[in-house]
Amino acid sequence: MSITELDRPASTDTRLKVVDCDIHPTMREDSQILPFLPKRWQDHYKTYRRNVRQGLHGTLTHPRMQVNRIDAIPPGGGPPGSDLDFMRRQHLDANNIEWGLLQALQPSGAAERNVEFGAALASANNDWQIAEWIDKEPRLKGSIQVTQEYPEAAVREIEKRANDRRFVQVSMSPRADEPLGRRRYWPIFEACERNDLPIGLHVPGFGAGYASTPAGWPSFYLEEHQTFAFIIMGVFTSMVLEGAFEAFPGLKLVLVEGGFAWVAPLAWRLDKHWERMRSEVPHLKRKPSDYIREHIWYTTQPMEEPERHEDLVRAIEWIGWDRLLFSTDYPHWDFDDPRMVLRVNVTNAQRRMIFSENAKRVFRFG
Amino acid sequence: MRVPYKGAIDCDVHVGVPGLSALVPYLDAYWQERVRVQQLERLDFSITSYPPSMPLSGRPDWRPEKGPPGSDLALLQAKALDGFGSRFAILNALWGSQMLFAEDMAAAFCRAVNDWVAAEWLDRDPRLRASIMVPTQNPELAAEEIEHRARDPRFVQVLVLAGLDLPLGRRQHWPMFRAAERLGLPIGVHAGSTYRHPPSASGWPSYLLEDYVSNTQLFAAQLTSLVSEGVFAKFPGLTVVLLESGFTWLAPFAWKFNKTWRGVRSEVPWVTKPPFDVIRDHVRLTIQPADLPPGAAPLGDVLDQLGSDELLLFATDFPHWQFDGDDALPDGLPPDLTRKILIDNPLATYSRLRETVS
Repeated sequence: MSITELDRPASTDTRLKVVDCDIHPTMREDSQILPFLPKRWQDHYKTYRRNVRQGLHGTLTHPRMQVNRIDAIPPGGGPPGSDLDFMRRQHLDANNIEWGLLQALQPSGAAERNVEFGAALASANNDWQIAEWIDKEPRLKGSIQVTQEYPEAAVREIEKRANDRRFVQVSMSPRADEPLGRRRYWPIFEACERNDLPIGLHVPGFGAGYASTPAGWPSFYLEEHQTFAFIIMGVFTSMVLEGAFEAFPGLKLVLVEGGFAWVAPLAWRLDKHWERMRSEVPHLKRKPSDYIREHIWYTTQPMEEPERHEDLVRAIEWIGWDRLLFSTDYPHWDFDDPRMVLRVNVTNAQRRMIFSENAKRVFRFG
Repeated sequence: MRVPYKGAIDCDVHVGVPGLSALVPYLDAYWQERVRVQQLERLDFSITSYPPSMPLSGRPDWRPEKGPPGSDLALLQAKALDGFGSRFAILNALWGSQMLFAEDMAAAFCRAVNDWVAAEWLDRDPRLRASIMVPTQNPELAAEEIEHRARDPRFVQVLVLAGLDLPLGRRQHWPMFRAAERLGLPIGVHAGSTYRHPPSASGWPSYLLEDYVSNTQLFAAQLTSLVSEGVFAKFPGLTVVLLESGFTWLAPFAWKFNKTWRGVRSEVPWVTKPPFDVIRDHVRLTIQPADLPPGAAPLGDVLDQLGSDELLLFATDFPHWQFDGDDALPDGLPPDLTRKILIDNPLATYSRLRETVS
């Protein structure tokens, strides 16, 4: 099996080069955002904090079993993901990361009810990514955080950053006020298409104000972790059926941390029932799976682990080898180790596609 | 492919309640008075998930000349029973009782629907069986209806909609499960929602097509809830049947559920084996709609992923439009599995059918 090449001791030159599409940089503390905010919003933040749509404003309502790898706590203190030097040693160097895409989730402004403040937070987050990360480490690339509920501000933010190639995608919440394919978000898609920037949607989108499953709010973190897939399925379905890809033929969508084994069955289901109900969505000129095949990519973590290994290969074959972008989710506890995942019989060419080539093409790295 | 021989057990056939006026004779004096005073008969209690005129709600050649799809006994006998040579068909009524906020009204309307099903359908054809519509708004009242109805052995399972106020596994629902387990009744969870929550985890979609496709997220969330809350540890004799759920989504969902459980299982110490194993022990799924890969070749791959030949139950989903002609089964289904799906698995699932047969 081709996996044996990963098990052999190898020099840096011969090891598989990895593009990691999901790395989380963390603020040492929330107040680290303050210097990047205008004075007016610094005062607002100190006085009112963030106005979200859940009962706890400072933590999750599903306390996690663990958030981060215990071994990712930097020796110099601070939370995992807050120390660039340690991230270099523990992850970028050790795992031969050629490019790493930052998903700077907190605070991104996406769930903020005061959208003017949300827009200020998003912009501050982007400036923080520059100052603390992507300016200091050329292997790391940023995501342009925008506030999807304020499309005019989001478009301004995209235009402001689009020529800075240290940023390679636009990020917003997969749990918006409305399903993301709906018309109110189209000005953002138009700006992404115009600037050839993929949209990266990272789960979970806390604070959206409606249940994280169509069955209601779950009780346990075990359940909440399953919602990551449901949320991404919801966005996937919405973007296709609303006709976003018909309207924006150059739009690229990257779905982050939702898994991928569900993609083929959901595409079969969409095609089947679209056939019966297509008079409801006459704006679709092609069957749903055609748009899916052309416009959507998926990061790999948390990679599903079928009971029979060959089912993973089958799932990928149904989706397409060119659609998957390797990701680790460093430094979170459910990190997928590039040396350990995809322990199946695939060709070296296929492995290279997933671990680096697909991402380089989608994000125009290089 | 066609059903190859007679004797199948059709686990999902729909009867359409023509309207509240048809139920009035089955209401008690108080509720008859309420209906009259409030003029409730003028209201339309058909459910949002299945507008009667929607293509999916009625196959063109299975629609009666008047009334909602599934409201004509002769048509159901000719098309669903004779048409597929079925030995039994389990009737599932989808109607507005489970949507109402008022629990007592919900309980009264559910009871009337069940009485109407018994009198207008079960009494008229010995091949018919039915599910018990229960007021899920109040699980104590639901348990009462289960106890009451279980005296009639022709009612073989409890029927709830997939989308309720709370996730299905939550302890508030346990009185319903306790009664069902004790009486040997599976809980049938049918596609569709009370719309207490958006049908997608990404909000309120624009289209019914989107709602319908998103039912798989809803079913997956309910399985997550049932397993995680420990329903099957508490009620080891309980079976849950997913009705009109599709089944090709199940294995990919369960792979991820297994993986996460390995990481955080100390949060749910009552889940003592991988979730997919729990699901195989306690959950069954009807075979329509079969959301299959294009082309016939990979069917075996999809079926093998389930890891058991006992999970699937035959259903036509009459009069819903899931397939054309007589092809109620996926092409290329192997003969042994076909027999299990058509007969053995339904008999193993529905203890009350076994009693009738033996």
